[in-house]
Amino acid sequence: MANVLTIAEQREGSLKKISSEAIAVARQLADASGGSVTTVVAGSGVAGLAQALGASGADKVLVVDHAALNLYSTDGYAAVVAAAIAEAKPDIVLAGHTTMGRDLLPRVAARLDTGLASDCTQLTLGSDGKLLATRPVFSGKAYEQIALIGNPQMATIRPNSSKPRDPDASRSAQVANLSVALDAATFHSKVVEVRRSAGAKVDLTEANIIVSGGRAMKNADNFKILWELAEAIGEGCTVGASRAAVDSGFAPHSMQVGQTGKVVNPSLYLAFGISGAIQHLAGMRTSKVIVAVNKDPDAPMFQKADYGVVGDLFQLVPAITEAVKKIKHEG
Amino acid sequence: MKIAVIIKQTPDTETVIKINDSASDIVPAGVKFVMSPYCEFAVEEGLRTKEKNAGSEVVVVSLGPDRALETIRTALAMGCDRAIHLKDPAFEGGDAQATAKALAAALKTVGPDIVFAGKQAIDGDQAQVGPRVAELLGASQATIVTALEIAADGKTARATRRIEGGDEIVELTLPAVITCEKGLNEPRYASLPGIMKAKKKEVKELKPADLGLEGQVGAAGAKAKRVKLMPLPERKPGRRIEGETPEAIATELVRLLREEAKVI
Repeated sequence: MANVLTIAEQREGSLKKISSEAIAVARQLADASGGSVTTVVAGSGVAGLAQALGASGADKVLVVDHAALNLYSTDGYAAVVAAAIAEAKPDIVLAGHTTMGRDLLPRVAARLDTGLASDCTQLTLGSDGKLLATRPVFSGKAYEQIALIGNPQMATIRPNSSKPRDPDASRSAQVANLSVALDAATFHSKVVEVRRSAGAKVDLTEANIIVSGGRAMKNADNFKILWELAEAIGEGCTVGASRAAVDSGFAPHSMQVGQTGKVVNPSLYLAFGISGAIQHLAGMRTSKVIVAVNKDPDAPMFQKADYGVVGDLFQLVPAITEAVKKIKHEG
Repeated sequence: MKIAVIIKQTPDTETVIKINDSASDIVPAGVKFVMSPYCEFAVEEGLRTKEKNAGSEVVVVSLGPDRALETIRTALAMGCDRAIHLKDPAFEGGDAQATAKALAAALKTVGPDIVFAGKQAIDGDQAQVGPRVAELLGASQATIVTALEIAADGKTARATRRIEGGDEIVELTLPAVITCEKGLNEPRYASLPGIMKAKKKEVKELKPADLGLEGQVGAAGAKAKRVKLMPLPERKPGRRIEGETPEAIATELVRLLREEAKVI
């Protein structure tokens, strides 16, 4: 029997989508073994989030509401996760492979002297009932399956790799407050400020659709046609760039997709003027559908693309934008 | 200040991965091994921190086989002062916890005020060793850092970490572990005199027994074990879309994305 604890993630009082993705994975593991799913949500003024976590599939929600948890801190949140593990005594602990999960889970895993599989795309139970994780390695050039043999078994989940369950408002989780003694004055590291980037509303790692440009964009100004296409596609769409474009100064590094940039996993990746260097493919090849537009018919990107167009991106991008607007207008 | 940098030798980013017959690892033949790119940012930040704090020392620590010495020499050639090489068959096959235990024990012999590491190594991509080492040392941490200022008294620091859709500003007390993201700095190249000097710098080899860690590191200490390494599923061949005009191509592409792929 696998009892699973998931770490919900909220920013400014809103649940991140990864929270329900993690619950969906936990639900599968628990249901396969007759276990249960507990979710812990931490923050300041977050009690209201418990209902949505129950609707997403949690059996029990632990709420840790404390002023010291208003902004993220490694010390504060690690104390919360350690307390939730002590309370729920889970066999498995899951969180998102987000900047929070990446900071937090290894710290807690080290404290508990246990194993952790990062950035997993699939989780199942082995014949011994313990967690088996499948995850990309070598920057997405291969996968590995690893067996977790410690207690609890921990994993972080790649965003967008699992589908959340449809919220079921009739499901009601058992909600309990978990009291954790915290004093922000004793934290050795804490976030004092969050600065939202101006342009993008959705981060590359969370985007459902990515419009990406390479060196063939020629300059930073030309990225505006990609933003126009992203705007036409609408919510959940943002703009990325190849390393060549970033190194040429056309886009900031925060927009870089690839081995030394962000690893993305959207349902649609549109690559404009990106040749498809191995280090770029490493960052986007798990995209569900890939479109390549390039002047060079031999560009390696075409080998990975579901749909390829050989042509001039400066003609094609505006035409695609118009075609998208038309189809959206028709509904 | 006492400054430490953790580095790892990994295959170069352009490497084409071949899986061995037992599916346990890659075939190393023909692979060019280099310093993992994020470790270069860590070395550079260590050197810059030394340059701002007279009388500091930068110690490189790396766990790896014989060939890792080449990467350690690169760090020394860039300007690091000395190195510790955790080299023993018993260190091999560990997970992040076993590796972090070995590194933390070696770091305790140095007693660093600040430790720099890459945000992740580009082979295992676990992104765990930095924060695990911080926990095992009882140090504070800031991960995925793109800017860092250490206070003049060397007791606190302010780090910028890149998060989804923005940045977090983190205040932390030293000793601290900082994991480095691209954008933090531009790593320097090793100079020819630097390469010459590096040959004479100390590289101390340590084994598990030297750290009192027999049976706790490498495969013996691992809490996660690789079952197998698998190639990526091949994508099925794609389709070329052709048309008389850009408008015709665009209309057909968008139709396919909606009706066939169902993604728009």
